[in-house]
Amino acid sequence: MPTNVNANAYDEFIKGIWRENPVFVQVLAMCPMLAVTNSAVNALAMGLATFFVLLGSSTLVSLFKSLIPKQVRISCYVIIIATFVTVADYILQALIPEVHKELGAFVPLIVVNCMILGRQEAFASKHPVGLAIADAMGMGFGFTLALFILGSVREILGNGSLFGILLFGQHFEPWIVMLLPPGGFLMLGMILLFFNWLKEKKDKVRAATELATMEIS
Amino acid sequence: MDNLVWIFISALLVNNFVLSYFLGLCPFFGVSGKLETALRLGLASTFVMLITALCTWFLNTYILIYAPYLKIISFIVVIASTVQFVEMVIKKFSPALFRALGIYLPLITTNCAILGFAIFATNRGYGLLEGLVFALGAGGGFTLALVLMAGLREENELSNVPPLMKGTAMSLIIAGILSLAFMGFAGLFSS
Repeated sequence: MPTNVNANAYDEFIKGIWRENPVFVQVLAMCPMLAVTNSAVNALAMGLATFFVLLGSSTLVSLFKSLIPKQVRISCYVIIIATFVTVADYILQALIPEVHKELGAFVPLIVVNCMILGRQEAFASKHPVGLAIADAMGMGFGFTLALFILGSVREILGNGSLFGILLFGQHFEPWIVMLLPPGGFLMLGMILLFFNWLKEKKDKVRAATELATMEIS
Repeated sequence: MDNLVWIFISALLVNNFVLSYFLGLCPFFGVSGKLETALRLGLASTFVMLITALCTWFLNTYILIYAPYLKIISFIVVIASTVQFVEMVIKKFSPALFRALGIYLPLITTNCAILGFAIFATNRGYGLLEGLVFALGAGGGFTLALVLMAGLREENELSNVPPLMKGTAMSLIIAGILSLAFMGFAGLFSS
């Protein structure tokens, strides 16, 4: 049933972006999340590199899932991931050396991004290639989006600019702490708070409608 | 000598791995519920860092000069096997310590503080002695941050927190304030 497979793939894709967003909902992969989001460009580069690694390793793991022995699967996944990270590291270095320099040690650290290993173990090793790719794209896109949101908010507040373009003219007093480490923690805390609030509001609405339908019947 | 002291203090306080490099955040938020477990995990990580410092120094000086592109892969393999090896040795020679560390040892493999430490140490070109001191500082800093966080969270359990803030959001904001406090150490060496 091709339509069914398509619907499934679409669902896996959307799931990663919103309902199970790796950062805002599952709170995974916080190390790269906070460390490189002091500007929108860095955040975007990191997000895309992670996207590439996730997509590559999910595809490979899903293709070879019957060949990988159960007992050593984690080590196999780690080596596959490390290979793709090396490739991503060299690509970044070749294409955008300035950004690569700023990301520094955090590109190799994509290896230990728990979101990537988590997707291999929880999804790619149990599903056919098509679905694994859809899932990796959804998760990768959700991760990139989250990094981009955090990076741009921090850059706007901390530097008054976005992608290096000044937004507010000369009289803006930059909120420097937002660019420094504490700003990362505080801002992610605020964003999670906002998501909690959204969730609670939705739950309340749902409870209210359920109550209403019960009273009618 | 001055250099070694500087490396130690810098890794311990000024550039604390958790609070200013954001390394090892998963255990920092995951295992910092209780003081005692936080301390044990911190000590286990410090121990693994020391051994990693030895191994990566050896790899970097004798092997990776011939094949620099293997750096990431070889480091992660070395760390994973070191952790497993250390686990077996401890289990054989000190079952009490093994029980105390329990599940935390295997978890250290995916702790980004360890890989981060290895990469920082090689990028900065540290020698063997400098690497070991750096490991002590970084591990000590990790333990310190974990223990402080655990203490704060234990207190926080007893206080009246708005329901929306409970959980990760609250921990992140506590960590932010802790990180602000640690920024004060940046003034230590300016004079």
